[in-house]
Amino acid sequence: MPHVDWPALLPQYFLGGGGLVLLTLGSLLRRRLPAWFATVFSAGAALGALGGVIWLWIRVQDPARGAFTTIADTIGIDGFSVFLSGVVAVSVLLAAVLASGTLRREGLPVEEFCVLLLLSGAGGVTMASANDLIVLFLGLEVLSIAAYVLAALDLRRGTSQEAGLKYFVLGAFASAFFLYGVALLYGATGSTKLSLVSEFLAAGGPDSNALLLGGMALLLVGLFFKVAAVPFHAWTPDVYEGSPPVAVAYMSAGVKAAGFAALLRVFNAALGANAADWQPIVYAIAALTVLAGATLAVVQSDVRRLLAYSSISHAGFILVGMEAATDAGVAGSLFYLGVYAFLALGSFAVVTIIGCGADGRQSLDAYDGLAKRSPTLAAAFTVLLLAQAGVPFTTGFWAKLEVIGASVEARSYWLAAMAMLGAVVAAFLYLRLVVRMYLTAPADDRRPAVSRSAGFVVAVCAAVTVVFGVLPGPLVELTNDATVWLGG
Amino acid sequence: MILAAASTQAFPALGMLVVLPLLGAAAVMLLPRSRVELVRPVAVLFMSAAAAVAGWIIAAYPVTSGGFEMIVDQTWVAAWGISWKLGVDGISLFLLALTALLFPLGALAVDPGHDHKAYYVWLLLLEFGCLGVFSALDLLLFFLFFEVVLVPMYFLIGQWGHGNARYSAVKFFLFTMFGSALMLVGILATAFLHASATGGPLTFDVVEIAEAQSLATTTARWIFLAFALGFAVKVPLIPVHTWLPDAHTDAPTAGSVILAGVLLKLGTYGFVRFGLYLFPEASRFFAPLMITLGVVGILYGAIVATMQTDFKRLIAYSSVAHLGFIILGIFALNTEGLSGGLLQMVNHGISTGALFLLVGYIYERRHTRAIAELGGLARPAPVLALTFMVVMLSSVGLPGLNGFVGEFLVLLGAFEAHRWWAVLATAGVILAAIYLLWAYQRVFHGPARGENATMVDLRWRECLVLAPLLALIIFLGVYPRPVLDRMEPSVDALLAHVEVHGSPAGDEGAEPEAAP
Repeated sequence: MPHVDWPALLPQYFLGGGGLVLLTLGSLLRRRLPAWFATVFSAGAALGALGGVIWLWIRVQDPARGAFTTIADTIGIDGFSVFLSGVVAVSVLLAAVLASGTLRREGLPVEEFCVLLLLSGAGGVTMASANDLIVLFLGLEVLSIAAYVLAALDLRRGTSQEAGLKYFVLGAFASAFFLYGVALLYGATGSTKLSLVSEFLAAGGPDSNALLLGGMALLLVGLFFKVAAVPFHAWTPDVYEGSPPVAVAYMSAGVKAAGFAALLRVFNAALGANAADWQPIVYAIAALTVLAGATLAVVQSDVRRLLAYSSISHAGFILVGMEAATDAGVAGSLFYLGVYAFLALGSFAVVTIIGCGADGRQSLDAYDGLAKRSPTLAAAFTVLLLAQAGVPFTTGFWAKLEVIGASVEARSYWLAAMAMLGAVVAAFLYLRLVVRMYLTAPADDRRPAVSRSAGFVVAVCAAVTVVFGVLPGPLVELTNDATVWLGG
Repeated sequence: MILAAASTQAFPALGMLVVLPLLGAAAVMLLPRSRVELVRPVAVLFMSAAAAVAGWIIAAYPVTSGGFEMIVDQTWVAAWGISWKLGVDGISLFLLALTALLFPLGALAVDPGHDHKAYYVWLLLLEFGCLGVFSALDLLLFFLFFEVVLVPMYFLIGQWGHGNARYSAVKFFLFTMFGSALMLVGILATAFLHASATGGPLTFDVVEIAEAQSLATTTARWIFLAFALGFAVKVPLIPVHTWLPDAHTDAPTAGSVILAGVLLKLGTYGFVRFGLYLFPEASRFFAPLMITLGVVGILYGAIVATMQTDFKRLIAYSSVAHLGFIILGIFALNTEGLSGGLLQMVNHGISTGALFLLVGYIYERRHTRAIAELGGLARPAPVLALTFMVVMLSSVGLPGLNGFVGEFLVLLGAFEAHRWWAVLATAGVILAAIYLLWAYQRVFHGPARGENATMVDLRWRECLVLAPLLALIIFLGVYPRPVLDRMEPSVDALLAHVEVHGSPAGDEGAEPEAAP
């Protein structure tokens, strides 16, 4: 029995344990639980996980104690893992709050949603703190399988079923790639422990690179699927369109953060010594993702597909930070992930408000004249959209600055330039929505029904966007501290 | 050399000037929905307060300084070395004043018609951004302001514009954002290369980077191009000017005034502050290209303006020509040219601002901008016609009015530097006389038919708005000395800077690095 540092797993207890307890309670006390119970329980669990994250952060940042591994070195707790666990926990928290007001109105099961959300979050937290490829894979599967079911939660709608199935098939396909990559990497380096892989490569690496390169390529394909980088992105628009928007809000924030946690941990930390091997691929994929995501988003007429492609474009920006293969680059990617989680959650919260579960109200037409019908909601959504476009004095600007700055510092000038051009194309699509809201006459003067929970989520996200947009200092310091790698 | 002279003033005038519009925006936003009638007075009050502070700054600015004064320096994002560093010198002084003057006039001039609150909030935020651009001495802070002005202008054009306003607003936003996209890469590259060449911490301090000149020649040229694209779109230079006629024509009157009077100057000011000062060698290297583009702009703008049937569009194209003069003056790289260019920035703001106001007034009365539908307006509206004539002659460059001084200095400077380009540019002056006089003739002379015959003349409030501009047109035409006196020390210092660092051999301490 290896030594276990029990408190190090606090976020997992709250999310994973919370999910299991809620599942048990829900099935035992069926119908006898009050309606608000699942929401309050899962929000409490997410808050607990967040508390654990803060406690771990203080512990890791304490120079006397620092980063550490536990359970036979398979779990690594460092600034990186704690930060991304925090992003996942926040996503779970806000998605749980958002779900309470939305799902019941649409006749969807809140308990089941919350159980799956917590379990998926547990998987995400495990991915963020994995120091072993097998544990990473376990986390990935827990996260993904819960997410597949979340996508298919709306039983009455064929598109939701289709989304779930599509997500599942392609996700399983990607997992297979990932697993094969793990096997090859193990063959090349003799270990699945990331810190040992990193040490082995730093000491000179294998005699023949074939296995290593093959492993890297397969791992990249698997993880690119998960973070929806072009050309492995095709599932995203369909899944985002078909799934319940609440689930999408969580996917685009939490699942994306967890996917990038794996990508950054495996490549920038463990395979950092061989950065020259994977950088060119990431360079090309990043440029392609930013530009293709933004360009394809422009021609969408469904707001969910539009935001799906925009999230692809954002993933490209995060890859720009990864490509720099420096601490500054990783800090930039982390900053971007943290900021984007709020932007995505807020944007999809607006989608749930406007959509009301009806497919017909997901087209861009539904946003016509929103500024007349609901000025506050339109203003908040505008803040979120302009931030995604990278307008100054919003977090989105600093996020772009962080990754582009890291890229320029690493002398990847052309990648930085292409990413900025992608940002201009993307600005057009956010403006399309703003034009709809402010410069188009409304078809009717029906005011959208803003539930208290959805309004709360939108307000929190918009406030975070503006406050940290004006005072980004603390967030910058936080992500810089988060790149204290384990053995990296 | 241009040295940052930290002043020890008790009154932080510059910080005040920049922040006042922001406070005004907050104040307007906090007004209750039921008190719409308070919106305009409050907004104008804050803008006038800013104008008063700008007047105080002009009075307090030491005439012979030549360096940056009234510096505000406040660390903002320590990890990135970004600070709120503001300062004013002879180059930015009158642009700040112009901005502070045009905004209250624009706000007073025309009633937006609907959504008053949002309209004035956007105007105040726009003023905040413009004043920030002209006073920022931190590259990144400058970029933030440069970018943030897009948002209020976008909404002003889109929500309160005429015609194809949505299209024009989006076009304006995307064109200018495209231009500045690469500038951000350029700014970051400058800061990182500067930090690695000097071994110091990351800084975006304009003065520090400009004085060190630590970038390799070729690198600096590339980065200059990245900056130049951003400024060229804003100016606008041919061939990236196509957003301008649409945006000017479809913007509401105050929007056109601000757009022509202030926003275009962000580009020319950028060329001076961040082109010449940061990259003297590259500026000199690319000067022939810039001058060519400037002269092409002068001729193209003038010829296209002649053929316009829409009055507002005609003035928009005349801006392209006038801005060509400014670029010509700046890149002549001598005292006459540069001071002329700077003076012309202010002059163009005043005259074209006034022209757009007048066309706005005509449009308010006649609901058309088509020159063919107007005619004989001098009969029912003699005051309007007279005012228009003075402003138009100033725009043409009649001696005795402000336009002449700037244009003459520009041509003088250009003649010294590039004789034949100056000759071509002079043709632009003649063309300006043709298109403006011809337009004046068609609009104001001849028989007044239909509604034209009964058009109302300028009201006293409208006269009051125009009065300061007319006074400046005449004052600067007769006695430009006070302005030139304050500009020249800074201009000479800048040109000396270009002279010292202007040759490729002089890049000592440059790292052996090829183009990016």
